[in-house]
Amino acid sequence: MYPASFEYHKAESVDQALAALAENPDLKVIAGGHSLLPAMKLRLAQPPALLDIWGIQEMKGITRDGDHWVVGAMTTHADVLRSDLPLFPEVAGWVGDPMVRNRGTIGGSLAHADPSADYPAAALALGVEFVIRGPGGERTVHADDMFQGMFESAVQPGELLTHIRIPATTQASAYEKFRHPASHYAVVGVAVVRHADSSVRAAYTGAAEKAHRLNKLEDAVNGSQAVPTGLVDAGDLLGDRFASAEYRAHLVDVLAARAIERLG
Amino acid sequence: MNVTLTVNGKTYTRDVEPRTLLVHFIREDLGLTGTHVGCDTSQCGACTVHLNGDAVKSCTLLAVQAQGADITTIEGLGTPGDLHPLQTGFWEEHGLQCGFCTPGMIMASAELLKHTPNPSEDQIRHHLEGNYCRCTGYHNIVKAVQHAAGAMQGASQAADD
Repeated sequence: MYPASFEYHKAESVDQALAALAENPDLKVIAGGHSLLPAMKLRLAQPPALLDIWGIQEMKGITRDGDHWVVGAMTTHADVLRSDLPLFPEVAGWVGDPMVRNRGTIGGSLAHADPSADYPAAALALGVEFVIRGPGGERTVHADDMFQGMFESAVQPGELLTHIRIPATTQASAYEKFRHPASHYAVVGVAVVRHADSSVRAAYTGAAEKAHRLNKLEDAVNGSQAVPTGLVDAGDLLGDRFASAEYRAHLVDVLAARAIERLG
Repeated sequence: MNVTLTVNGKTYTRDVEPRTLLVHFIREDLGLTGTHVGCDTSQCGACTVHLNGDAVKSCTLLAVQAQGADITTIEGLGTPGDLHPLQTGFWEEHGLQCGFCTPGMIMASAELLKHTPNPSEDQIRHHLEGNYCRCTGYHNIVKAVQHAAGAMQGASQAADD
């Protein structure tokens, strides 16, 4: 199936991309294209013009900067899977399938903010920082402020998510997922991380309009209490023909208990 | 717009609309119809080709995104007179019924065997999770990949001896 017609532009550097975005507000950024192109093929999205940022080398690869890892937004899921990053390799192994992972990118997925994507839960649990560049320069957004709604991240029109910064000092982490058998998206996913100061951060994805922290779980575990049930209220969740809100609330409890057990 | 890319060792330049998907470019502009389209949702894997050595779904790439790329399709893997061990494996183990998914299965498996020459059954099934078969129940597909892995290991041992 063919997408609707569009103009195609390419950027080879972040500066070039920002200049193009400033000049043409109709430009839709395409990274690996593994969320955008499927939507365009079904005509759920019909952007008049694309800006291809795949060729921006300064946005690829994984480096260490003191007590942080710095991951280029255009790093593929396959490269994340093979890396020494905390938690993200395990999460990348759950994304799509091997062909999708060869092309889809971590930054593309995070900026897209799909409510059923895996990475947002991991980003919240890890306390990742997002490096975003725009016409006014560079700004850093904490994971807690990154995911603002369904398919809505903190990245504004005219801006580009260029890198993410991940604390390299975590003690332990786990991601537990109940995946949709056909789409491989999360029906529910729960990520938990024990940080350098022994505190635990936890988050879930797939069950609501966006990924959220699991405050009840964090309070219990950080207070040395047993993992409670009823971590989320079904009234705050979304149900669909695959799983009701009540079932998703149950899955959050089950997956959270498994993830905490794996922290040891 | 003009696109130049290499498919199975041969370089092509064609004028395409930006919305042309790589799979349609391969099938309709180049006439290489071994690469199939099995779904509209980027799930089935029938369109799998290698792009600069990586297995990708050619239905989820624009031809213009593949500018300058080196692509291998099922036609570039072996010839009727000199089949790739995976093609022989699917033949010997009856790894297909209708055959529609087979090119994608073989291209995905070829990437697996490149990184994991002796995969376990579990590794094969896991690696093929992006390739759908609606006939075989996958059982003989797994045996076909194991057959190919054995043949390729035998060949590389013979070369070492």
